[in-house]
Amino acid sequence: MARDKLPLWIGWVAFLSVLLLVVALFSLGVGAVALPWREIPLLLFHGKGTPEHTILLQVRLPRVLLGAAVGGALAIAGVILQGMFRNPLVEPYTLGISGGAALGVSLNIVSGGSHKLGLFSLPLSGFLGAIGVISVVYILSTRGRVMRLSRLLLIGVMVSFIASSLIMLIMALTKGEDLHGIIFWIMGSLEEPNYSLIKTIIFISLGGIFISLIFAVDLNALSLGEEEAFHLGVEVERVKKILFLLASLLTGCCVSVTGIIGFVGLVVPHLVRLLVGGDHRILLVASYLSGAIFLVLCDTVARVAIAPMELPVGVITGLVGGSVFIYALSRKGVSF
Amino acid sequence: MDETILEIDGLWCGYRNRAVLQEVGFAVSKGDFVGVIGPNGSGKTTLIRAISGLLPLQKGVVLLEGKAIGEMGRKELATKVAVVTQSPETTPPFSVEEFVLLGRVPHWGRLQFLETRRDEEIAKRVMALTEIAHLRGRGMGELSGGERQLAYLARALAQEPELLLLDEPTAHLDIGHQVQIMDLLRRLNRENSLTIMTVLHDLNLAGLYCERLILLHEGRLHRIGPPKGVLTEGVIEEVYRTAVMVMEVPVKDRPIIFPVPGEE
Repeated sequence: MARDKLPLWIGWVAFLSVLLLVVALFSLGVGAVALPWREIPLLLFHGKGTPEHTILLQVRLPRVLLGAAVGGALAIAGVILQGMFRNPLVEPYTLGISGGAALGVSLNIVSGGSHKLGLFSLPLSGFLGAIGVISVVYILSTRGRVMRLSRLLLIGVMVSFIASSLIMLIMALTKGEDLHGIIFWIMGSLEEPNYSLIKTIIFISLGGIFISLIFAVDLNALSLGEEEAFHLGVEVERVKKILFLLASLLTGCCVSVTGIIGFVGLVVPHLVRLLVGGDHRILLVASYLSGAIFLVLCDTVARVAIAPMELPVGVITGLVGGSVFIYALSRKGVSF
Repeated sequence: MDETILEIDGLWCGYRNRAVLQEVGFAVSKGDFVGVIGPNGSGKTTLIRAISGLLPLQKGVVLLEGKAIGEMGRKELATKVAVVTQSPETTPPFSVEEFVLLGRVPHWGRLQFLETRRDEEIAKRVMALTEIAHLRGRGMGELSGGERQLAYLARALAQEPELLLLDEPTAHLDIGHQVQIMDLLRRLNRENSLTIMTVLHDLNLAGLYCERLILLHEGRLHRIGPPKGVLTEGVIEEVYRTAVMVMEVPVKDRPIIFPVPGEE
């Protein structure tokens, strides 16, 4: 019962928040210049002028903030989509949004636009690509007022294939530095020099969790099936459209800044569901925090594993996420 | 007593351009216990869907307490009409209690996030009424068919509806659970004066429990009235195209139908 579960929910949120803080401090501390984590708050707030302060504020902190914002946003996008599709295999990237973003960026790189338009040009072209795919998928899967989810899923998967084929075509026709740029972008990275872009993503990510919580009860009703949700007074078609757009935009924004970081939106919601249950009121918040923790942690590993070289963070999320998930499934004997 | 709760007039309803229901009209009084019967494909489920607002009407009107359902908001309608659908397709990822509490959602404001004390009391009451209080912590996926149906009924009752619609509530249940469900419906009808309209495939259950029967045939209203008037050998043979023998349960003054096997 929700009311006597409230202390438990608050406990989870407190625990995960503390864990996020610990992981963030850890991530701020490790790297080429090791900083003891006890001194980090001191350095951040009172260490102006020291080289450590510069490293923290200009190199590591932006990365941690971006990782937390993107991890959280991708995780709740996954929760929303899995909830409304009632399909455990759907994740933000299934619907072709990442493919669209990657296509936009690839086109931008080969056309040389990124040299002329500056820093914002890659994220912008990625975002336009994502918006393009979202519109196509939305229009093709909506007949009259009704959005058919099975159709949406199929069209999303197909658009995804088409986008990746086109990207391969572009790559086949590209040489040298441009090709490297595309591959590097597709692999995903949390290295983002532009602070205002990071601020935008943080703002969008926090907005995303706030809006999704307004629809948490509707998601609970939708997880009984569309007809059942209708009989419980949910405006099913309207809610479905809002949730689809919310999840898509969150994904589109994240992907266009960081490139493709897979698995967060698939694995995190599943693991969190095993811990806190299927009620979206806690599932959304706990997944948001866990997604943030997971991505910050994976990015730290990616940074230091083979330093001074850096691994693509998507490799780590896939390896860690996949193994942990299989372990959790086989251990608890959970059936989906 | 004879206050009308539901009034249907000249109703055409169906899917795309095909009208399943044609020119259907009848009225249901408050406190009535109505059974909807008819062969497969005669439009029973479509009728339930039309009344619950799930299917747009092609023609005609459905008035609930004098107000057209098309003019009511989703939430308003869901606080007045609760529906127990036919074998829902998914297993809800909730415990029985969480599931029953979802029946309170229609009464919530847009920004309400938590159950109130009253919501919990109502959930507790309807779980006691449906005799599933001991299952409250059990997952919905762990229930037997009969328990599951009771949980769906409890959730519908938690909506505190004026009109309860059910689509074959006894399908796939053993005879013990069939009687349990029907007894419960009759008690809700008599003691809580809840208006009930239920689709039933089993003509004997329909005849034994319902006060009035609506017989649909090829999308049209074929007969309406007390079981004795509707469940006659002639009517059943005409509509179901099979020979039957109808007898009377002596004490209850209700009909019982036996199928007559075809010639070997």
